[in-house]
Amino acid sequence: GEAMSIQTYNGAAIIAMSGQECVAIASDLRFGVQNQTLACDHKKVYRMHDRLYMGLSGLATDAQTLYKRFVFKHNLYRLREERDMRPQTFASMVSATLYEKRFGPYFVEPVIAGLDPEEGHAPFIAGMDSLGAMETAKDFMCAGTNSESLLGVCETFYRPGLGPEELFEVISQCMLSGVDRDALAGWGAVVYVISKDQCIARTLKGRMD
Amino acid sequence: LGGGGAMGESAYSFSLTTFSPSGKLVQIEHALNAVNQGHTSLGIKALDGVVIATEKKLPTTLVDGSTVQKTSLITEQCGLVYSGMGPDSRVLARKARKAAQAYWQLYHEPIPVAQLVREVATVMQEFTQSGGVRPFGVSLLVAGYDRGGPQLYQVDPSGTYFAWKASAIGKNMNNAKDFLEKRYNEEMELEDAIHTALLTLKEGFEGALDEHNVELGVVGRDRAFRVLTPAEVADYLQEVDM
Repeated sequence: GEAMSIQTYNGAAIIAMSGQECVAIASDLRFGVQNQTLACDHKKVYRMHDRLYMGLSGLATDAQTLYKRFVFKHNLYRLREERDMRPQTFASMVSATLYEKRFGPYFVEPVIAGLDPEEGHAPFIAGMDSLGAMETAKDFMCAGTNSESLLGVCETFYRPGLGPEELFEVISQCMLSGVDRDALAGWGAVVYVISKDQCIARTLKGRMD
Repeated sequence: LGGGGAMGESAYSFSLTTFSPSGKLVQIEHALNAVNQGHTSLGIKALDGVVIATEKKLPTTLVDGSTVQKTSLITEQCGLVYSGMGPDSRVLARKARKAAQAYWQLYHEPIPVAQLVREVATVMQEFTQSGGVRPFGVSLLVAGYDRGGPQLYQVDPSGTYFAWKASAIGKNMNNAKDFLEKRYNEEMELEDAIHTALLTLKEGFEGALDEHNVELGVVGRDRAFRVLTPAEVADYLQEVDM
């Protein structure tokens, strides 16, 4: 096929949304190499601990490697400090890790979603670019090959203060509509809804194209 | 790691701290002697804060005492005091501050006191096992307040560290610890602890204790460590004498 940019080599769609004492994070399931789809069960959301999840869009090999590095760092942190990392602390660490490679970066865009154990399990979502420039948001965060579409559909459907069940419905509709116009993302989706006491993972059936 | 900061080739790639046949690291024992000859310092942990105090004996009246500060602020939430060799304490305070800033830069969160103590203790241990360096001739008392509440740690030249409810180091440590054992109670509040700290120092002090020859560092629920001004110390001393 034609030459593609490294950011669109694999394809991805990631959304994180914040609700009432809960957060949700979703990704598509496609794994492809340029135009060839190779798998439809490739999740891009990773669990760091019970109340902290991270989505990684971009080059799949970098996403895999980074995930492993962060597990390594978080495990050592847990051993030293005898506590799980707060979401904002983790986000700062991700940002610092990406910036270390400022002149030869990882080709990923992370999205982080979690509940802060210090502030009464308050929702936290953040996203950053491949160099670690971080932004937090109160409502939603998107990343992927068609992030503009995702942002548009989130802007339309989102409202604040949604409970876990409603949040699931909203984020699912956003994901399924958002990937419709993206040839490189889709083929199903996975949605995690994280509350204080539980995390529910659901798989969405979408158009397999 | 070796050379104690000196870059390049050192003729001493072997450690100067070596085991004696009886299993002791004699250099560390000697370092502890240096600490025990130093001016007394102590710390007391209260319900709502920590106080650390040290004698400030100047060698002659010609020294400008107002420029001497033995208590070091490490982060907003924690500070330390020492007994032993002043210059060694300065080196450790500098390393501690750097470690705290590195933590902040990475995590955007103030370093927990226990983690800071661990890092300082690690440095002190490295200097007992590296080429061409000697152990630090200080024991440190680190006081801080973080999400784990008020904490007081002692770190020795070997790199051993303990958390204490109350402790003393330096010349008069044994008498001071006896005194503290009798006076300490778990329900103590910061104000009581400050009074007790002054009384304890007074016990072993040669001459009259006044606001110029004692230094007090406190951190309370506000999580802001600070060294009290001589005026504040004088007020506390007055309360103690009453």
